[in-house]
Amino acid sequence: MVENEKDLLVSIKDLRTYFYLAEGVVRAVDGVDLDIHRRETMGIVGESGCGKSIMSLSLLNLVPQPGKIISGDILYYRAGKNPASPNISDVINITKLDPNGREIREIRGNQISMVFQEPMTAMIPVRTIGEQITEVITLHQKVGKAEAREKAIEMLARVRMPKPERVIDDYPFQLSGGMRQRAVIAMGLSCRPNLLIADEPTTALDVTTEAQILNLMRDLQQEFGMAIMYITHNLGVIAEMADNVAVMYLGKVVEQTDVNSIFFNPLHPYTTGLLASIPQLSDAVAHIDKRRLNVIKGMVPDPYSRIKGCPFHPRCPQMISGVCDQEEPKVIQKGPNHLVRCHLYN
Amino acid sequence: MVNQESQTEPLLEVTELKKYFPIRRGFLKRVVGHVKAVDNVSFYINEGETLGLVGESGCGKTTAGRSILRAIEPTSGKIMFRDPVLGRVDIAELNHDQLKLARRNMRMIFQDPYASLNPRMTLLEIVGAPLQAMNLDHGKTLEDRVAELLVRVGLRPEYMRRYPHAFSGGQRQRIGLARALAPNPKFLVCDEPVSALDVSVQAQILNLLQDLQGDLGLTYLFVAHDLSVVAHICDRVSVMYVGKMVEMAPTHEVFTSPKHPYTEALMSAIPKPDPRPREKRILLTGEVANPANPPSGCYFHPRCAYVKDICKTEEPTFGEITPGHFVKCHRAGELTLSGALEFGALK
Repeated sequence: MVENEKDLLVSIKDLRTYFYLAEGVVRAVDGVDLDIHRRETMGIVGESGCGKSIMSLSLLNLVPQPGKIISGDILYYRAGKNPASPNISDVINITKLDPNGREIREIRGNQISMVFQEPMTAMIPVRTIGEQITEVITLHQKVGKAEAREKAIEMLARVRMPKPERVIDDYPFQLSGGMRQRAVIAMGLSCRPNLLIADEPTTALDVTTEAQILNLMRDLQQEFGMAIMYITHNLGVIAEMADNVAVMYLGKVVEQTDVNSIFFNPLHPYTTGLLASIPQLSDAVAHIDKRRLNVIKGMVPDPYSRIKGCPFHPRCPQMISGVCDQEEPKVIQKGPNHLVRCHLYN
Repeated sequence: MVNQESQTEPLLEVTELKKYFPIRRGFLKRVVGHVKAVDNVSFYINEGETLGLVGESGCGKTTAGRSILRAIEPTSGKIMFRDPVLGRVDIAELNHDQLKLARRNMRMIFQDPYASLNPRMTLLEIVGAPLQAMNLDHGKTLEDRVAELLVRVGLRPEYMRRYPHAFSGGQRQRIGLARALAPNPKFLVCDEPVSALDVSVQAQILNLLQDLQGDLGLTYLFVAHDLSVVAHICDRVSVMYVGKMVEMAPTHEVFTSPKHPYTEALMSAIPKPDPRPREKRILLTGEVANPANPPSGCYFHPRCAYVKDICKTEEPTFGEITPGHFVKCHRAGELTLSGALEFGALK
């Protein structure tokens, strides 16, 4: 475990991010514990409204108004600045930093950066690709304009952008969706971050383009040695990208383990339900007759309601009445690297 | 009474459908070129079956779906539809009144459940609108019919007085479906009906579509880009690339033995819910061709791994190579391509 401790990059402890609205309190992130290690890919899976995006924004202290991180810690283990003892990394608690302060701005976009879902809205339409990438570089590194431009071109080449020296003077609308996403990834990587948060980066893309981008991200991870937090609702993408997976439901991590266990030995009824509801190509092609899909009954409850007991119990096929609807389950350790939040395993 | 001959005839037969959008430039708005969104597309759908229409964004699949209903006026082509009242008619030739009649039987459901419902209308007004417009129902019987439709799609009839904002994405898609079903249609164009939904809700809507097809004998044209969804719901699949149809075959043939290199690349790109490493994978290089300025010969040749000289100059024909399997490729006869099985998408 010592090895593990040394490789720890980000440790989220009991994070709670709430939104206080006129209609009530939305508990977007409600007590999340999560560790991300260097060079690993942590996949975050969940349906819309489960709090996965807000959790990633909390990591950068970028929670939009009227949201607030109300409690919990996000410990960021910065790479050892002290060359004499590289194993001692200085620890920064991101939740305690001023969201507009100098310290967080030094981390944001530099050591932890983000790639968003919509490559069109993530870029400013009236600035060229080059202006937007060099801005990040000049902000965080002491380089001149010409050198920053050199670096931007190099970074565009790194993301396999064809003709980078021409594309750098293009505007975002001149690029196709896949090219735009490459440019956004180049922007995210331009300062060689320790952690790249990818919030559904391929959801808006076609399958063949998606395959290209996923391949690219894996190669770049090898090259740069960074960790990736990959947020998606697509379990197929998770299977391809992630080393470890956290499944979220209504602001809580309900199951967390390595990628093989999620697919071959899922424990939480929600994970099982999600896996069963994906149409399986093998079944579809093998059986000519049409089969019904297994579904999770009902839908994600509205965010203002507070469910007593386990948040999943109204939809759960294995609900134990008197237990699941009364008491909130605790995190249970099943196996060396398998955490589950469910009464079934008490 | 339906005679024996029309039973075997397809419900819908589209021949050489074209939709060109003019590109206008300059002060006089002169036409300087065309975006060939749908170019010489031919296909058929038998009664009670589901034909999948897949392809990447911009390949013209939505335009094709809409042109069939004449929601967009097609440039040319024949759209033969077996209408219960009008008989076998060419939709492209119908006048306004006839089209209105035909549209009772050809309906559409849309991709975005947020944009496709008027936020200022109640469910009663939304679902009842087609019935009123077609003079099929009004007053109390209209309410009864709307209630029946809402129950049919799994919503409670009490919701009738509510507005769309009170419903989630999946429920809204059910409302859109109730509206499409209102005049008792035979044929539905489903334009990416589940791509905006979460996985668990997506499964519910797919099941609902299958149940309705079984109960009401509906025929679907299912436009989608998610291949595992298409494999699940479709009887036959057609693949489009830059406005042209490149392959059409029964679902299991498309997935196990594709005949067009583009279909093979699509099969290879399917994200599979299985973390074990893939044996092989084809990654396409380059970008989808521009439909306003397509390459010469076969449109796919700049990205194709099996390209030969003939592909660069001559456009291949869309031919039937085995019964029911159509391909547009010069080398369809000689190539042995891998299906989803070889790419590890099947266990």
